[in-house]
This record gives sequence, C-alpha cells and structure tokens, in this order.
Amino acid sequence: MPPDSQATHSDHPEGLLQAIQKKRNTIAVTVVVAAVLCVVCSFFVSLAAVSLKEQQELNKELDRKANILRAAGLLRDGKNVSKLFDAYIKTKYVDLDTGEYVTFAEGTEYDQRAAAVDPNQSVVVPANPDYPALQRREKVSAVYFVYPDPDSDEFEAVVLPVYTKGLWSTMYGFLALEKDLRTVRGLGFYEHGETPGLGGEVDNPKWKQQWSGKLAYDKDGEIALQVLKGSVNPDSPNAVYQVDGLSGATITSRGVTNLLNYWLSDDGFGKFLEHLHLEGHKMAGTANGG
Amino acid sequence: MADKSKDILLEPLLKKNPIAGLVLGICSALAVTTNLQTTLTMCVAVIFVTACSNASVSFIRNFIPTNIRIIVQMTIIASLVIIVDQFLKAYAYDKSKELSVFVGLIITNCIVMGRAEGFAMSNRVWPSFLDGVGNGLGYSAVLLFVGFFRELFGNGSLFGYTLLTKTTDGGWYTANGLMLLPPSAFFLIGLFIWAVRSWDSSQVEES
Repeated sequence: MPPDSQATHSDHPEGLLQAIQKKRNTIAVTVVVAAVLCVVCSFFVSLAAVSLKEQQELNKELDRKANILRAAGLLRDGKNVSKLFDAYIKTKYVDLDTGEYVTFAEGTEYDQRAAAVDPNQSVVVPANPDYPALQRREKVSAVYFVYPDPDSDEFEAVVLPVYTKGLWSTMYGFLALEKDLRTVRGLGFYEHGETPGLGGEVDNPKWKQQWSGKLAYDKDGEIALQVLKGSVNPDSPNAVYQVDGLSGATITSRGVTNLLNYWLSDDGFGKFLEHLHLEGHKMAGTANGG
Repeated sequence: MADKSKDILLEPLLKKNPIAGLVLGICSALAVTTNLQTTLTMCVAVIFVTACSNASVSFIRNFIPTNIRIIVQMTIIASLVIIVDQFLKAYAYDKSKELSVFVGLIITNCIVMGRAEGFAMSNRVWPSFLDGVGNGLGYSAVLLFVGFFRELFGNGSLFGYTLLTKTTDGGWYTANGLMLLPPSAFFLIGLFIWAVRSWDSSQVEES
C-alpha cells in the first residue's frame, strides 16, 4: 500500500491502488472491498477463537472444579484446584428417575446444561408452588463424591449440582451433603444474576456459612430445611432446619427454599439419595458382621 | 507536531470528553461500574478497541466505498471486540464472567463508531490511533470516577479491598444499596458532567 499521505493528492502516475481509490464507489469495487474485508476480519476472528479455545475450555473446567470444591468446603487459597479435585473428588452419573448410576461410553462428554434443555434428555419439572419455576430438568445428573482418603471406599460428602429461579435469573449452584445424607455441608451459587446488595447477597460468605450443619430432612424423612423471612431464633427447636432470609430479597430467598424442596424430593435427587442410603447401610452392615 | 499529538491524546480526557461533552457511550457506564476491577478491565478493552478500530479504519479509509462505510466500520469494530472477548475468556476468565455480555456490547458503544466515522475516516493512521487511545482514556476516566464512588459507598471497598466494614459483615457501615443499582450511575455521571462544564464553560450548549 502507498504511504497514507499520498493516497488522495498524488500527482504520480496511477497505480492499481490509486485506480481502486478513484473507482471506490463503483459496484464492482464496493463488492471487492466488502469481500476482502470480510475475509481478513474472519481470518483474525477465527485465529483468535481457534488458538485460544484450549485455554478457554481449561478455564471453564477449572471454574467448575473450583465451585464443586468450594461447596464441599475443600477449596483453599494457593492450592492447585485441579490437583485438589483429582485427589478428593470422584464423579459419577445418576439417572434421577431411578436413582441408579449410569455410565457413559469412554471419551464421550456429557454436557449437563445442554441436556437440561434438550427434549430428549430432559423431563418437565412438575408445576408446584413449592418447586422452582423451572421448565425442564436433565434426566441424568453428575454427582460428586468427596473421598478424604483416596484408598478408602467411604465417602465423606456428596456434592449435588442444583439450580433454581431467583427474581431475575436462573441460579446455578452446588449443594453438599455430609455422608449421613441429611446434614448440609454447604450451599453456594456460582452463577446468578440477582440484584447486587439484595438477592446478590446469596454470595455473602457470612450467609453461606449458616448452611453448614443444618439438617435437610426431619426425623420422619420429610424435607424440612427452609430459608426464613427474617432471622432464625437460635433457641427455637426448629433452628436446625432454618436459615436467615436475605433482607430485601424475598423472591431470591423463596427461590432457595424451592430449590431444596425440589432437588431433595423424589422429583430431584430423592431417589438417588435413598438408593445411596440403602447402599451405605448394606456396606456398614457387612462391615459390622451383620 | 508533538504538541498536536499530545492534544489529540489528552484533549478527550476532560476538554472533549466523549461522555461528558458528547454524552456518548453512557449505557455501559451504568452496567460495569459496580466495582473497580471489572471497570478497569472494561476500560482496557474499550481503549484497545477504539485505538485499533480507529487505526484500521484510517488505514483503509481511501478504499472504503462511501455507501458501505458504516458497515465496514462495524465489521472492523465487531471483529476487534470478538478478539478482545476471546482473550478475556482465555486469560481473565473471572473478569470475563463478570462483564458477560458487556464486552460484546462494546460494539454498540457509540464512542467507538463515533470516532471511526468522525475522526479516523479523515485522518492519518497515527493521529487516529492516538485519538482512539485518548477517547478510550476519556471514557475510562468517567468510568473510574463512577466506579470509585459506587464501589466505595455501595460495597465499602475499593478494588476489592474493604475500607468501610459493612454492617452485614459485623462492621459499622450501612452500605448504600442504591449505589449498586444502575440509576446511581446516572446521578454520578450527571455530577461529573456538571463539574466538567463548570470548570470549562465553553462546553455548555447554548440554549
């Protein structure tokens, strides 16, 4: 290309570029310029997209692992997330309708978010005022077992991917249950679009801290855990089933209660948890010699 | 010549600030200013896009057919924004998650196209580049001003470091929730425009 300054006031004999400049408003040149521009731009865009893809996938994977570890209370600053995840967490897949494990063929990747909206891989969430206003949920969900000791068969906690509707957004999070499958270890959201300062306080570490040690089910096995409107009276016998409401965020708080109602019920992870409970008892039974 | 370059670079900061003077690009100023770290990422992204789009548009300005010049500018800007978005997703994943759609919306930021059409189409590459950087900086100045007050009074912190301990964390400062909502940015930008125009009354439109 010629130096920029000569572009319009050149007295030199016309070259090809000058010719193009003169005829730039003809249809032919317009089409050519548009075509060349598109090719050049798409080259750079594809270059960026392709060359950075690996790093991006890695980030997404790391983010997911970090969130699972955070829900399990295992995330520490300065520790390598991948190493922690590989050391402590084992992933299994569960058919939520039966509570049975399913396995995928080697090398296939299961995209749970995509499955949740695919009519073939999802079911309708029943309309129930106590359930989140979700349309569908995936048939098969990942569950993450926390093994403190890699050599032991006994898991310490199980982390369940859950989601619900808040005021503005679908809130995606993880619910971690202790090995008794009744005590909550943690609940946290990694993606939501609630109002900062109000519903957005679901991310407040102080609020999240409350979940640890609460009981999800009462003595009769009914789902009892809920987010109150207002704060919990620590002297109440029900305090162990209750968490403080988020002030100024009634709908977000209700969304969290609905999350528990749904995902802990037989429409959610209930069958799987029951299955796991029986399995655990059997194992404990044989260990004690009957 | 050096003086002229300096003027092109620095004038958009206060004298010809794209937000305060032209009231362009305020949409994203509302959205990404709740905390300074995200604001800063956005500023860097916008500076990069305005500078590179200005330079590229200026570079091919004599070949751009007049009828399709807006589309040509859009294509260049959109490509640059996608590249920035891809980079953020690869190297600043947390920030890109917070900025979410607003990186993509740089395309619609009137400052970028306003400068491409208003300056780059009729100036040489280097001044256009400087003009892009300058306007990006002018935009950043307002964003950082707004972000400073929103994060400080809305969250009691700056760049994530807590300065005023909030009552919800057991401190004494009752956070001003309005600061975290978009309307507060309108008030702050209004105050900024007021301050700038009081300082330099030549920017006041004649009524």
